[in-house]
Amino acid sequence: MSLLSLRGLSKSYGTVRANRGIDLDVAEGSIHAILGENGAGKSTLMKLIYGVESPDEGEIFWQGDKVSLSSPAEARSRGIGMVFQHFSLFETLTVVENISLIVPGRKAELTSRIRELGRDYGLEVDPAAHVHALSVGERQRVEIIRCLMTDPKLLILDEPTSVLPPQSVEKLFETLLKLRDRGVSILFISHKLEEIRSICDHATILRDGAVTGNVDPREHDAHDLAQMMIGRDMPAPRPFEARAPGPVMLELAGLDCRPDDPFQISLKSVSLQLHAGEILGIAGVSGNGQGELARLISGETRRHPEARAEVMMMGQPVGHLGAAARRKLGFAFVPEERLGRGAVPEMSLADNTLLTAHRLGLVKRGLIDRRAEEAFTARCIADYDVRTPGPQAEAGALSGGNLQKFIVGREIELGPRLLFVAQPTWGVDIGAATAIRRKLVDLRNAGTAVLVISEEIEELFEICDRIQVIREGRLSPSLDVSETRVEDVGRYMIGAEERARP
Amino acid sequence: MSALSFILAGMLAAAMPFLLAALGELVAERSGVLNLGIEGMMALGAVVAFIVVRHSGGHAMGFVAAGLASAALSLVFAWLALAVRSNQVAAGLAIGILGQGLSALFGKGYESLTVPGLPKLAIPGLSDLPVIGGLFAQDAVVWLGLLGTLAIWAAMRFTKLGLVIRAVGENPHAARALGYHVIGIRYGAVAFGGLMAGFAGAYAATVYTPLWAEGMIAGRGWIALALVVFATWMTGRVFFGAVLFGAVSLSQLAAQAGGVALSSQLLASLPYIVTILVLGVISANKRLLKINGVASLGEPFGP
Repeated sequence: MSLLSLRGLSKSYGTVRANRGIDLDVAEGSIHAILGENGAGKSTLMKLIYGVESPDEGEIFWQGDKVSLSSPAEARSRGIGMVFQHFSLFETLTVVENISLIVPGRKAELTSRIRELGRDYGLEVDPAAHVHALSVGERQRVEIIRCLMTDPKLLILDEPTSVLPPQSVEKLFETLLKLRDRGVSILFISHKLEEIRSICDHATILRDGAVTGNVDPREHDAHDLAQMMIGRDMPAPRPFEARAPGPVMLELAGLDCRPDDPFQISLKSVSLQLHAGEILGIAGVSGNGQGELARLISGETRRHPEARAEVMMMGQPVGHLGAAARRKLGFAFVPEERLGRGAVPEMSLADNTLLTAHRLGLVKRGLIDRRAEEAFTARCIADYDVRTPGPQAEAGALSGGNLQKFIVGREIELGPRLLFVAQPTWGVDIGAATAIRRKLVDLRNAGTAVLVISEEIEELFEICDRIQVIREGRLSPSLDVSETRVEDVGRYMIGAEERARP
Repeated sequence: MSALSFILAGMLAAAMPFLLAALGELVAERSGVLNLGIEGMMALGAVVAFIVVRHSGGHAMGFVAAGLASAALSLVFAWLALAVRSNQVAAGLAIGILGQGLSALFGKGYESLTVPGLPKLAIPGLSDLPVIGGLFAQDAVVWLGLLGTLAIWAAMRFTKLGLVIRAVGENPHAARALGYHVIGIRYGAVAFGGLMAGFAGAYAATVYTPLWAEGMIAGRGWIALALVVFATWMTGRVFFGAVLFGAVSLSQLAAQAGGVALSSQLLASLPYIVTILVLGVISANKRLLKINGVASLGEPFGP
């Protein structure tokens, strides 16, 4: 008998059919993968199982009995726990306070149980710490502990590895295997094929809200799984051209920055050099200062005029200049948040091009040249394969991948000498991600300096010449990709390299 | 009686309308709802309490009636803000104006009438001390208000209920995912805020100055709102700010009576200036603001 069975589950949001007639069987003591691209309906399905949303149609069977899970509390009482992708922790509360929100008991009692579970499963965390002071990996441990304390029979993990460095991923997998051996089934949501092959004993593949396959992932190679997931062959990466590096286009020299905001990371003597015609990647676990570094380079955070030389662009000190002045020098920037910083969701694509491309003849004598604006937008849409009705479509109506292609296209069309892209393919489907990476490599081959911040190491290894790792606001020395292994970068990500050295 | 003992004796009573209203608003804001209608809710509470006491229902009955009336008005606001999900600023202002209108309407026949105040309850021994003795002779509402402050501080800090209210205010979506009824908790917090505003109005109209005049709340609800923000949503600081405001109000009265050569308008604005300066300096600590600030304040929440 299955622990959990779904029969014909459907859920629509407006006209979007997020889940269509899903059948799923999770066995006892199994690590079961739900594999699918972003937007395939994985998260919606998990919300239905955890009672956050109710299905429009279909039935849920728990240990053979038909149930209706109308709230998370009900799901928990039946033994279903969930670790969210975007953590549902409260930053201003302590670890034990967070846990006491769903686990009954006195604080002292909970504290000792947290320590105990931490030792048993390798999930060490300080119960009295405030969550805002914890690293992303620690927060995930808190989420898992919180679930374990409700004694679940089924644990749902939504993209648990997307925020972890490789070594922590291994540790997480050990924890999951231990849990499985003690009789807890795990629903493991991911779009990373190798991970699923290494730990899961069953995989259900989703595409466009429907099940497209039910397989044992250990019997299929990554290529097969990818084909089931995206419905076509994986596009090949762009071949790399060797180039002699050009002049330095971006230089940070011993940058120190202490923010007022206690939730932000201080940067400590950050140094980097980026040459024309190369791609430099900044790797690291999220929350180690990437956001702060990005704002310093983009010009959203300005330095005191005396410290102007801490940021040099095209050979000029720009530390004290704002974003517009830096862009005038030939700098272009794709921020991490597409909606709100990269584009204005309520405005049309055409008006969104105006935000950064206004210098390219789109404005004449203070008036907008609508025809030029439209033509420029149409070019971005065509060249970057943006799937949209046209230049007048609202930016917020595009899917994440399409909007990202559009924003990257807009910035590349500016003809920058220095392009900075933060998280180029976050939440973007495989097809669009590959297209974006190819464009970045093309740009490098054409002699532009490209800086990329990403949490996906594989992505950095695919496109970068060099990688530096950011950890707790410090940058590692520069690592040449051709002479570096993923594990080396991983060691810098968790700080093992610093400890190993005197 | 020296100016100092005059101030010490009266500052807690002067602080009470601000304190009660601000504590209620603190709880509502901690849950993520910005209720700008406090002034109107105090005005409604004031007139209801005055009418009940005037018809000799007694102060206890007056306070209960005032609290219920204001809580009912705050539930209308809560319905607009939480169920209809209208803009909280606009809804709060509208309901506040409604409260002031109702207050003027109900109070029409009571203009310039008076009611008896409340007797002082003294702590034997302490109240006989020189200079500071007056501090220990206060009416029953002040004593209850002090206990209430302590209770709210402890509740927000140490109890599950306080934890849940803070969690809902910081991240309603996560709270919902954990299975908490965000809207229900916010209704409760807003109603508590209304109840406290009603008590504050009742105190102003039937104890502090037991005489009815239209518009007698005179901006005290707005000061209470400002206190909550300047106090960075911390109970202890709300108390400190309210007492400071009360003390400076009394000292400017003492100064006017003592014939200080400053224009009375300038003196009258002194409490506002001092409170804003002191609390402004305290709340300049961005770290505290970030940790105690309510992340979802004023944002409509819908599943």
